[in-house]
Amino acid sequence: MDFSSFLLMRQEIILLAIILLLLVAEIFIPKNKKSSIVHLAIFLFGVHTVIGFLSIDECSIFGGSFQTNNLIHFFKNVLNIGVFILLLQSADWLQEKIVTQDKGTEFFILLFSSLLGMYFMISSGDFLMFYIGLELSTLPVAALAAYETSKRISSESGIKLILSAGLASGVSLFGISLLYATSGSIFFHDIIGVISASNLTILGFILFFTGLSFKISLVPFHFWTADVYEGAPISVASYLSVISKGAAVFILMILMFTIFKPLMHVWENIVYVIALATMFIGNLFALRQKNMKRFLAFSSIAQAGFILLGLISGTQLGSATIVYFILVYIFSNLAAFGVVQAISLKTGKENMDDYDGLYRTNPNLSLVMMLALFSLAGIPPVAGFFGKFFLFTAAASEGYYLLVFLAVVNVTISLYYYLSVIRAMFIRKSDNPIPFFKNKLYMRLGLLITVLGILVIGMYSPLYDYIYELSSIFN
Amino acid sequence: MIAGISIYEILTVTSILFFIGVYGFITRKNLISILMSVELILNASVINFVVINKYLYPDMLQGVFFSIFIIAVAAAETALAIAIIINLYRQIASVEVKDTEIMKY
Repeated sequence: MDFSSFLLMRQEIILLAIILLLLVAEIFIPKNKKSSIVHLAIFLFGVHTVIGFLSIDECSIFGGSFQTNNLIHFFKNVLNIGVFILLLQSADWLQEKIVTQDKGTEFFILLFSSLLGMYFMISSGDFLMFYIGLELSTLPVAALAAYETSKRISSESGIKLILSAGLASGVSLFGISLLYATSGSIFFHDIIGVISASNLTILGFILFFTGLSFKISLVPFHFWTADVYEGAPISVASYLSVISKGAAVFILMILMFTIFKPLMHVWENIVYVIALATMFIGNLFALRQKNMKRFLAFSSIAQAGFILLGLISGTQLGSATIVYFILVYIFSNLAAFGVVQAISLKTGKENMDDYDGLYRTNPNLSLVMMLALFSLAGIPPVAGFFGKFFLFTAAASEGYYLLVFLAVVNVTISLYYYLSVIRAMFIRKSDNPIPFFKNKLYMRLGLLITVLGILVIGMYSPLYDYIYELSSIFN
Repeated sequence: MIAGISIYEILTVTSILFFIGVYGFITRKNLISILMSVELILNASVINFVVINKYLYPDMLQGVFFSIFIIAVAAAETALAIAIIINLYRQIASVEVKDTEIMKY
């Protein structure tokens, strides 16, 4: 028997091996040395991230259930980088709060299981694999959101997440069953041949789209987002806002650009309305937030609305801009969440008023936060500007001028609230500002990588050309 | 296949089951009831898969396998949700939705 085809699942197998290794390590590491498990996990995941950059063949194994190509492989690497930065940023929190309760290993196992689910989800070749990947990526995150078991707010966010996710996957499954009824197969490559715009197919598609919209937190289905982000530990909130959302957007893009392409005249109207609603509601609600985590939650809803501008174009350009935007968004949002996490860990303060006068006491953290918010708002020298600019180009190239105009209006609204945080940090004075503190090595490294990412990705144009080349599969 | 019952009747029942689940999810005031509503939705899709497989595409077993996986995953999901609900109950001694609202707007 030939086992070489298993090597095509290299990323999944290595990650699974890391999970098993951590399980064994949990048994053999004595109780007073449990903090070393954080170093071990970060080291192993760093190795995994580096190995991931080796190229992989295009293939489809297990009868078409599992497929991979260069774009999917590249996106897995993007997810890896995001999780690696997130681990660096959460290392101190884990050491101080979680390892002392002897719950350190489980955190990594749950986090990596969720990442494994995302790998399977974005590599899926049929709806069964897609569904299992979706559930494997969601359920561990719900456990992680309720991870601080002594805090009521954490349990509340966990129960809100798992009930919303259950409803989402149930609705999604009902849609898949209708699609199965009309096409006679759950394999993507069989469905592509027979799909047509009958009423039952359209109903199935809408239900399926609804289920994924919950994960991306598009507007009629965004109610869980702010509550879960506020209650969950900050690492988990940032994981939900970048990695989980990015993977869901990516698989939605693949499905809509391939198997649902014949229904494009239906879904472009749906996406048009939802994009507008998502941008406006996300931005307008973000204006009145006082808590940094809720603020970032609504900002991430608004960003999801911008991503839909790339989706609506349905072309190679749209795909390239979406992947590029997610890459930029991972760096910018992780930088913002990293600063919030550093401050929350040292002082326990999470409100926007607490950031008054931060520049005088902690200039470095304020500068990182400023770059991150500039990037999220889309101000020219940093990467976020190019991400938004390309998305608008993709939508405009298909003739959606009104949509692009309204999106630009939304960028202006978003500038107000992003800049109000910057005003609090740089201009306002406070009687008792957050005192000066020095971050530990891991947190500094994590913030440094995000800053480099924000500054470099915008300037380094071959990266965008490379992504555009990879997206040629959608022609 | 059941004699005398066509696929339309069964799909009507599953659709009704599905919308009862959605309605219950929105209107119930108790976390456990909400969880039961989610189970109704999942079970509606399970029946859908089995029936569509049996009536329309009997030569392949894709729908049946799919339903087995749904049942297994739904069990895991329920177990996790119950665990979180119990943890919440230890802190606030209630499983009512109106008590889980310290975060709002």
